[in-house]
Amino acid sequence: MYLNQFLLLSAFLFCAGFYGVLTRKHSVLVLMSIELMLAAVNLNFVAFGAFRADVVGQVFALFVLTIAAAEVGVGLAIVLLIYRNLKSSNPDDLDTLKG
Amino acid sequence: MTLGSVDLHPWFLENAWLIPLIPAVSFVAILAFGKRLGAKAAWIGIGSVGAVWLLALGNVFQWIQRVNGFRATESEHGAPEGHLEAVSAFGRSVMRPFSEASHHEVAFVEPITRSMSWWSNGGMSLDVGIRIDGLAVMMLFVVTTISLLVHYYSTEYMKDDRRFTHYYAALSLFTASMLVLVVADNTVQLLVGWELVGLCSFLLIGHWWEDKPNSSAALKAFLTTRTGDIGLLCGVAMTYFVVERATGTGSFNIGAVNEAAMSLGHEGLAKSLLFWCAAGLLLGIIGKSGQFPLHTWLPDAMAGPTPVSALIHAATMVVAGVYLGARMFPVFFQGFDIAGGGVNLMAAVGGITVIIGAGLAFVQRDIKKVLAYSTISQLGYMVMALGVGAWSAAIFHLFTHAFFKANLFLGAGSVSHSGAHHSFDMVDDMGGLRKYMPKTFATFMIGTAALSGFPLLAGFFSKDEILATAGHNGFEFFMYLGFIGGGMTAAYMTRCVWLTFFGEYRGRKHAAHGHDEHSHDDNGHTEPHESTFPILMPLYVLSFMSVFAGILFAPMLKDTIGSSIFSKFPEWVEPGGDGSLFVSFIHPEFSWKDPLLATLFAAVGFGLSYLFFWKKAFMQDATQKNKALRQGKTFLENKYYLDHLYTDIIVGSVKGPIARGAYWVNQNIIDAVLRLTGGGVRKVGQFTYDVLDQKAVDGVPNGLAAITGAAGGSTRNVQTGRLQEYALLILSGTVVLGGMVAALVWAS
Repeated sequence: MYLNQFLLLSAFLFCAGFYGVLTRKHSVLVLMSIELMLAAVNLNFVAFGAFRADVVGQVFALFVLTIAAAEVGVGLAIVLLIYRNLKSSNPDDLDTLKG
Repeated sequence: MTLGSVDLHPWFLENAWLIPLIPAVSFVAILAFGKRLGAKAAWIGIGSVGAVWLLALGNVFQWIQRVNGFRATESEHGAPEGHLEAVSAFGRSVMRPFSEASHHEVAFVEPITRSMSWWSNGGMSLDVGIRIDGLAVMMLFVVTTISLLVHYYSTEYMKDDRRFTHYYAALSLFTASMLVLVVADNTVQLLVGWELVGLCSFLLIGHWWEDKPNSSAALKAFLTTRTGDIGLLCGVAMTYFVVERATGTGSFNIGAVNEAAMSLGHEGLAKSLLFWCAAGLLLGIIGKSGQFPLHTWLPDAMAGPTPVSALIHAATMVVAGVYLGARMFPVFFQGFDIAGGGVNLMAAVGGITVIIGAGLAFVQRDIKKVLAYSTISQLGYMVMALGVGAWSAAIFHLFTHAFFKANLFLGAGSVSHSGAHHSFDMVDDMGGLRKYMPKTFATFMIGTAALSGFPLLAGFFSKDEILATAGHNGFEFFMYLGFIGGGMTAAYMTRCVWLTFFGEYRGRKHAAHGHDEHSHDDNGHTEPHESTFPILMPLYVLSFMSVFAGILFAPMLKDTIGSSIFSKFPEWVEPGGDGSLFVSFIHPEFSWKDPLLATLFAAVGFGLSYLFFWKKAFMQDATQKNKALRQGKTFLENKYYLDHLYTDIIVGSVKGPIARGAYWVNQNIIDAVLRLTGGGVRKVGQFTYDVLDQKAVDGVPNGLAAITGAAGGSTRNVQTGRLQEYALLILSGTVVLGGMVAALVWAS
């Protein structure tokens, strides 16, 4: 096994997640795409940790998972409130901050 | 001389500079926060003056300790040798005609002096500092006590006044300035304090400046005292040269000036230098202390609020002149050759003032003007006492007069405030108030008795001491002048009390509104009534002092009872010494002649006045029948025509030609110059406006604003508000940055 296999997989996951963030028309899917990007980053941490025989990478990944769970909780609550107020969950409709 | 029992660093005395500082801070605080605090602003003033009063008490106690320490040391060791030689070295004994009395010399009590350099220029340095001696401590006590009482009194008297905070700010400033004057250790600092109290006097006389007479009175007071200040300024400048002549290096330091004056001989240039210096300072005293012929401002100064009259125009500011005379006494002593006896300028000015002030008090309708003329007359006593060498008696009279005259003024304020609908007219608005205001009546009677020299009260002892010393020092003429003045005092005060408190009430019982003083609304003031506690409390305190202040310097009681308390005042206040640093004083032996004569004159004055004004027993139509008397009365009512002399003749004759000349210069010269310069300035201005202002100065901000606006307009398109576009921008930014980093890494 080579490190670059993991890195390539991680890069693919990240790009897929980012593509989702840019293109999805539903806020919940945008959030899920963000989670995908986070998973890609986690994969990098674990891969580097194993490659360097350093446990810190895996510990870091555990912390990121915890934070991500909290972040999803807040994010979903925001999506819910936006839906209640605007009757829409399309991120394109959220342009009240237009300059 | 060892000073075993003397505290070398008494805290209160060394830190007396705090005393003027605290009211000065309070002045700023009242100005800054007064409007917001409203009536509570008064308590800033009261609090600060209360603190200062405690400091002054500390000064009094430590000074007494210091005096006792010095004198105790001296009695242990005896007077050091060489003192007598120092005296005779100047070729004359210091108090030539006085030296017949047994001369018991007491130690010179070193004053506490601290100073720092204010500025120095060309080797001449001007200090600011404190000089605390018995005289200053006595004055600190008087000023802070009266000021504290007046502050408290005013909370009621000035309630709801339209400029309440300004009033208290000015009171604080006045207290600070007066204390600067008192503690000053050099004549320039003294001059600064002197002018500041003059300014506060101006502000407070004109407190109700909306009424023209009030603002005119304020201006008159300011300008008249300023006339005297010309002399003072010259005198102060000359003190420098007095010291230079005596020691070779000039100085304004009061101690140095006094020492120099004592050491300068009585011949040639030194004598005329001292004479003119003393004459200049005396002119200042004449202006400030209401002496003839510049006394005319003081009665008009009664336009101010009554507590101000009590504080400034009776107890403290007007005695600043007397204080100056006492502080710089060696200059007067040597300049006017007071030891030589006979008539000198100072005694003459004082003597004339005693009589003319008392004379004018007879024809006044306004109770405050009676008291104002009485103050002039009493100040005359003090200046006369200085002029005849009765230094201790003069400042003792200053001390007692402050209490009983403040008592009378505040009493008059109480009468007017609660009994006469804010009028001061005794003839029309008062009478019979004894029944309505028994407490005010009692305190006013005590003040009157003390002023008239009723036996055993304060004024009796202080006035007697002046007259006895005058007689002893060889000034018999002034002694009899003083006796006559005492009789007149008793007589005009009898008239004043009769008109105010006895007979039938003549005021309007159902007045709707006070007319004379301020806009205080008299709701419920349908009937005269007793004043409230804040007004009465100061009256009680001052009455107490009017009765008992006299025992500190009472040779009569010392002679009969023999306790040392009866001579404490001169012991504490006099500097003592051998006459090289300050004049040394000898007190006359007590004789029963003086108090008996004084009481006799006062009783005759009272009796005649009682019969004439009260019982209408004789000569009621004298002024109608007798041409000379009628003219005399008219003469008095016109205040000796002095005001006419000043405004019509002196000012008029000076003003007319000068005004015409000034008008011509104005029309023909100044206007031409102005037209020329005006035209030039206008052209320059136009050019500046067109080119510099409109194009250059305005161009920069306008250009900046236009650029900012355009930049904003172009960048606002990016801010779509859409989440995913922002994410795309973030991505592109990251890619660009990442590309740059990668390029850098490869390149290296």
